[in-house]
Amino acid sequence: MSRTISIDPVTRIEGHLKIELEVDNGKVVDARCQGEMFRGIEKLLYGRNPVDANQITQRICGVCPASHAQASSLTLDRALGVEPPENGRLIRNLILGANYLQSHILHFYHLAALDFVDITTILSYTGADAGLQKVRQWAQAEVDSGKPTAVAPFLPRYEGDYIKDTELNIAAVAHYLKALEIRRKAHEMLCIFGGRMPHAVTILPGGTAENVTVDKILAYASRLEEIQDFIDNVYIPDVVAVAKAYPAYFEIGKGCGNLLAYGVFEEEASGGKKLLAPGAYIDGKVVPFEVSKVSEHVRYSKYSSASKLHPSRGETEPDLAKTDAYSWLKAPRYDNKVVEVGPLARMAVAHLTATNEKASRLVTDTLAAFNAPVSALFSVLGRHAARALEAKVVAERCAEWVMQLKPGEPTHTKYQIPKESEGFGLTEAPRGALGHWITIKNKRINNYQCVVPTTWNASPRDDKNRLGPMEQALVGTPIADAANPIEAGRVVRSFDPCIACAVHVVTPDRELVSKFRVL
Amino acid sequence: MSLSRREFLELLGCTASVAMLPGFLRAGGIPEPIKIALAEQMKTDPLPVIWLQGQSCAGCSVSTLNSVHPDIAEVITETISLQFHPNVMGAAGDFALDVLNRAINEQKGQFVLVVEGSIPTGDGSAYCQMGEHDHKPITAEQWVLQLGNAAKAVLAVGTCAAFGGIPAARPNVTNAKPVSELLPEATLINIPGCPSHPDWVIGTVAHVILYGLPELDEHKRPKMFFGKVVHEQCERRADFENGIPAEDFGGQGCLYDLGCKGPETHCDVCIRGWNNKVNWCIRSGSPCIGCTEPDFPDFGGYGLYTKLPREAARGIEWSGPYAPQRTIKVETT
Repeated sequence: MSRTISIDPVTRIEGHLKIELEVDNGKVVDARCQGEMFRGIEKLLYGRNPVDANQITQRICGVCPASHAQASSLTLDRALGVEPPENGRLIRNLILGANYLQSHILHFYHLAALDFVDITTILSYTGADAGLQKVRQWAQAEVDSGKPTAVAPFLPRYEGDYIKDTELNIAAVAHYLKALEIRRKAHEMLCIFGGRMPHAVTILPGGTAENVTVDKILAYASRLEEIQDFIDNVYIPDVVAVAKAYPAYFEIGKGCGNLLAYGVFEEEASGGKKLLAPGAYIDGKVVPFEVSKVSEHVRYSKYSSASKLHPSRGETEPDLAKTDAYSWLKAPRYDNKVVEVGPLARMAVAHLTATNEKASRLVTDTLAAFNAPVSALFSVLGRHAARALEAKVVAERCAEWVMQLKPGEPTHTKYQIPKESEGFGLTEAPRGALGHWITIKNKRINNYQCVVPTTWNASPRDDKNRLGPMEQALVGTPIADAANPIEAGRVVRSFDPCIACAVHVVTPDRELVSKFRVL
Repeated sequence: MSLSRREFLELLGCTASVAMLPGFLRAGGIPEPIKIALAEQMKTDPLPVIWLQGQSCAGCSVSTLNSVHPDIAEVITETISLQFHPNVMGAAGDFALDVLNRAINEQKGQFVLVVEGSIPTGDGSAYCQMGEHDHKPITAEQWVLQLGNAAKAVLAVGTCAAFGGIPAARPNVTNAKPVSELLPEATLINIPGCPSHPDWVIGTVAHVILYGLPELDEHKRPKMFFGKVVHEQCERRADFENGIPAEDFGGQGCLYDLGCKGPETHCDVCIRGWNNKVNWCIRSGSPCIGCTEPDFPDFGGYGLYTKLPREAARGIEWSGPYAPQRTIKVETT
């Protein structure tokens, strides 16, 4: 019997998204992702000073603003015809790298882990750790109070197959708390060169504002060392522990099987080599990335704009009355194919193109440790593993970049805003491929378009009715209990989406099931 | 013989209830009976907080996570009962909505509503939705009206919630509004900033718990954090006074010519610093972008990186080419 599940809102992600799931015989057979929020950022950029885009586009996302600052700066570098000095290039990498570490750690511990970890185990903690004792006392007092909101914000939650191992659960609670502090320090590290975080102020066309002094180098490096220690000895082992406890999730959440990476972290002046290379993996083959092959379908998106436009000619005309449209997200496609973006795409492309030896070795060793084929990367656990391994690669490279800075050397090249120009900038946010496109007329922004990672991953159907990557990953997911679709939450969160979600379980005649719990 | 926690603390001469207090309450200056009363109240009933997101980027939530003293875990377990927060809560879907509906129906006047992000209104209210009722999407506008009218107090956190911010910037296609326009009768505090500083958010919550409403300015901002403009306390003020402009971003000198909004931006980040005092905007060689002001990011069409003409730069006394000319009178006898 087929039925439809509704989770609205799905929490522990960023932003507003809703998903409808049709479940038949305990398996998802159809899914719809619906973006539920529109702000009109691209429209409000029209007519402004092009440099203002650097700040305004950061407000697209408070979790990864540095990535938008980077995309916007690369776009303006091109449009203004300016090249950052060496220090400027390195500082941008250090800011972006710090943000990757913050974002990946936050995602695993504070967004995704509660799908696996049984936080209630803390009530039976008998150890000597003062911090954990404090949490136990708090949780116990909350439970004893008998109020409906006891142990908020962690309870209530779905019933489900949480980790049974008490020690593992207790360690996870301890690491949840430690990760709050570590991610905060990653932000401090970013702030040394970024001026503040979220919404750094120093990344600009032509480089960065903050200058280089030895004390800043040390302040960055010393925090980084602590974060690296956490990645190596806590984060990666925890991902491995979750993988060992849930081997089925190497098979669940496969998705579309195609990957796209724009590449990220400039190792040379613009247009040169990157730490993680650009490339696409389409129908089982690695192909070079060509920016002309990106287009956006809008058949099921709430816009009246033309479909299949290249972002450089993109339009964003909202249309609330459009029939069949179910999402505020457009449906970006590459070479007319559905593709997934994110840490998995970056690490797999780096591995398959043999362009980053460290990434390749980490991927190979991890697959060997689980005796798993490369295809296992296309899964819930594959995405978590890729994210954790990438954090290690990026942190280790940041430790080298920071030592390449030269105190006293310039960080910024002065620019002039031309009367007319255009440009684009491609980078990778923690969540995947990110591109900005600009047209300048009369020294003002005439058109600005952003194609953000979650638009790729959480896209609705396209003009050919093909499901987006996250929709495809949900199809085939086993749902043990339609009233507690914990498995769907795990699949959705493995993408680290940047939009608030809702998941619906409906019967063929679209009758909603009675209330159910959502993670 | 084993002692209970309470017995053990009494043995040490502290009342159990006071020992349960969060650190900021254990500090001096609060009379003992009040401390005990507060501790008793907080033990049984920490302040319920419901944190709603409208047209937000989650930046103010992420910024609040950066609180150092007290750290965020301490805030959640000792100061408030965070009943609803989209980014951290375990529950989702109807389970999550139950929390909001319970607050509206059963907790009237007992919780604080925090709103992050602006609210699209009128015909545009479909631009932000969460949850459904009778198969119809519920808009952020409906949630804010219902929760706001049931709340004890409302905190509009971040410039989008306080003044409309980025979504309400021209041409404001979604008819985005600040929370105060939806809830003109509510006891409301604006805590702007793009993002808000964690000290401002946690500090305002603590002030409400300990002493009631803080003193507010004309824009409903707590004067304790937003009482002075950046220019008044800027570490580059001497460069302004001496007529030394910065040649480029990152350089030494006053950043006014590069578009700095310090002269009209009310906040104390110049003293407080960002991210555990590591740095702040002007120290990093970047002009202030005026992110705590109602005009952000339009500034009358000048925007963020365009120098304000003198007549538009409020708060500066102009008399000379760059800095005020001063005449020092020397009295001779």
